[in-house]
Amino acid sequence: MEKSTLGFFVLVLTIVQTSNSLVEGLESTRMYDYTKYHPMDEIYKWMEDVERENPELVSSAVYGRTFEGKNITLLKFGLQNPEGKEKKVIWMDCGIHAREWIAPAFCQWFVKEIVTSYKTNKKLEQMLQNLDVYVTPVINVDGYMYTWVNTTTRIWRKSRSTPPSGNSCLGVDLNRNFNANWGTVGVSFDSCANTYCGKEAGSEPEATAVMDFVGKMVKQTLCFLTIHSAGQLILLPYGHPQISAPNYDELVSVGKAAAAEMKKLHGMGYTVGTSPQILYPNSGSSRDWARLVGIPFSYTFELRDKGEFSHLLPEDQIKPACEEAYAGALSIITYVHDKTFNSGAIPSAAFSGVAMVMLSSFMIVFLTTGVFL
Amino acid sequence: MATGELNPNHYQAQRAAKVVQHYLNTRYGSPYRLLGLHRVHSGNAEDVEDSGRKYQLEISVQEIISNMTEKCSAEVLFPSGGQQRSPQVQASCEELLKINTIAQEEALYQQYKMKPSLLSAQNLPDSYGHIDPDMKPFWHLCIVASSFIMLNESSENTLFNVAQVANITQLATENDQLKFDCHVLLHEMVSQEIIHWKLLFTWSPPEGVKVQQMEQLPHCHHCEKPPNTN
Repeated sequence: MEKSTLGFFVLVLTIVQTSNSLVEGLESTRMYDYTKYHPMDEIYKWMEDVERENPELVSSAVYGRTFEGKNITLLKFGLQNPEGKEKKVIWMDCGIHAREWIAPAFCQWFVKEIVTSYKTNKKLEQMLQNLDVYVTPVINVDGYMYTWVNTTTRIWRKSRSTPPSGNSCLGVDLNRNFNANWGTVGVSFDSCANTYCGKEAGSEPEATAVMDFVGKMVKQTLCFLTIHSAGQLILLPYGHPQISAPNYDELVSVGKAAAAEMKKLHGMGYTVGTSPQILYPNSGSSRDWARLVGIPFSYTFELRDKGEFSHLLPEDQIKPACEEAYAGALSIITYVHDKTFNSGAIPSAAFSGVAMVMLSSFMIVFLTTGVFL
Repeated sequence: MATGELNPNHYQAQRAAKVVQHYLNTRYGSPYRLLGLHRVHSGNAEDVEDSGRKYQLEISVQEIISNMTEKCSAEVLFPSGGQQRSPQVQASCEELLKINTIAQEEALYQQYKMKPSLLSAQNLPDSYGHIDPDMKPFWHLCIVASSFIMLNESSENTLFNVAQVANITQLATENDQLKFDCHVLLHEMVSQEIIHWKLLFTWSPPEGVKVQQMEQLPHCHHCEKPPNTN
């Protein structure tokens, strides 16, 4: 009698505890404040929570280690393809430059949007069935953590690697270290400079992590988006003034369409062009590397603002900045998706069930008899 | 060097237009009036023999507190020659002057002229982009004073903005002018460097901002190394 009562007690307690943690789990990413800047430990925990709470949509991967040995982690979003077709890839990374806090904030916002809307947004659901979207909220973890130490470290830009012997200063500009016309233009070979490109292409583990991981799926990758601040620009390849991407015209028109979507939200203008046109020449950027290895659509987003606050963007601008960036990113992702997966045969939300049955019957009759009724 | 008609969105016209912004702030800036470059509508560049390169620009400037915008014409001459000389600017944007800030400026001036304790503030904005509303006029004042530096230091190869006011300290009032010592961090976009400057300046509503001293502070490399660990 006693044993079974005790057993019953334990059973009830277990059920209560499990459902509490499930409830807590369901709550945690919904309670996360996406309108505040978060330190790295909170971002790591949040990534775990997102994965745990959305197992049918999200998985994570650690694809490299920073100079100081921290994990470089991504979240992968995708749904099963109903026809078992090969998935294509979208890549997004944030926080290559440590002080550009709005960029990791945007990656987190982007994740929140996907997770909270994919069940009710048919188009998004369809895209996630055809695409795997890889999001790295913070690539330069060492640099980002350094910017949180105190106010004097807040404006750090580079990684935190020790320099080659004979050089005196820490850190490499990761966005000058990629294997793309490395060391040719818009760089410094002085380790103390903020555009120091490192001792050779891919010398930095953060850059090689991206090149190795994305390098394995280049053929399936449709789009590479790398998020920075500031300046309100959409940059297309290449950073070298004399090199043009073969699909320059299309890159411009897709970029301009994204900028138009962004402007609709809060009236903010984003200028579209190559870096040498609208900013400055540069080499060794991740965007250039992606285009060079064959990813057709590659863009750098420079988010708000235009100089009033620069990298110290106030938290009350996180929401509007992320809303417009989301509209821009989604515009590009939708374009590359629709271009690849010609949406003609896929039912849109407007199709009624009856219409679909009629259409299918039509097709069956045609295909079997060769007669078009 | 781009010569003739310029694409208004490209960096050449944008950098020259930013110089106009700095010039306008040195002329018209105050704790309650701060100008930002809104848009470049058109631009033209030409070489001027024995002088340098001259830009003619049609721009829109925005007063950031009231959000009023005005279209202005401007000319910027970047001098040539070995000596690093500051650009010369001519610009006409008088509509913005009509934004009435007299009452607020007077109130601020009287309040801080009389205060027994002198103002001292740090990190405007802080790491989260936040500025105490009471400190905003002093953030603006330091930006206006920094505009003298940014104007002087500008060339066709630079784009300056104020990244942060590290420290602003009020000193004793001098000849009816409020006096301040300001440590400012400037962001130079092309090199991506943060440059530290120290400024001594005065301000009053009738006189505006006058810079008495400015000094570039050295970049502290050793400050960036991690502490010695085993």
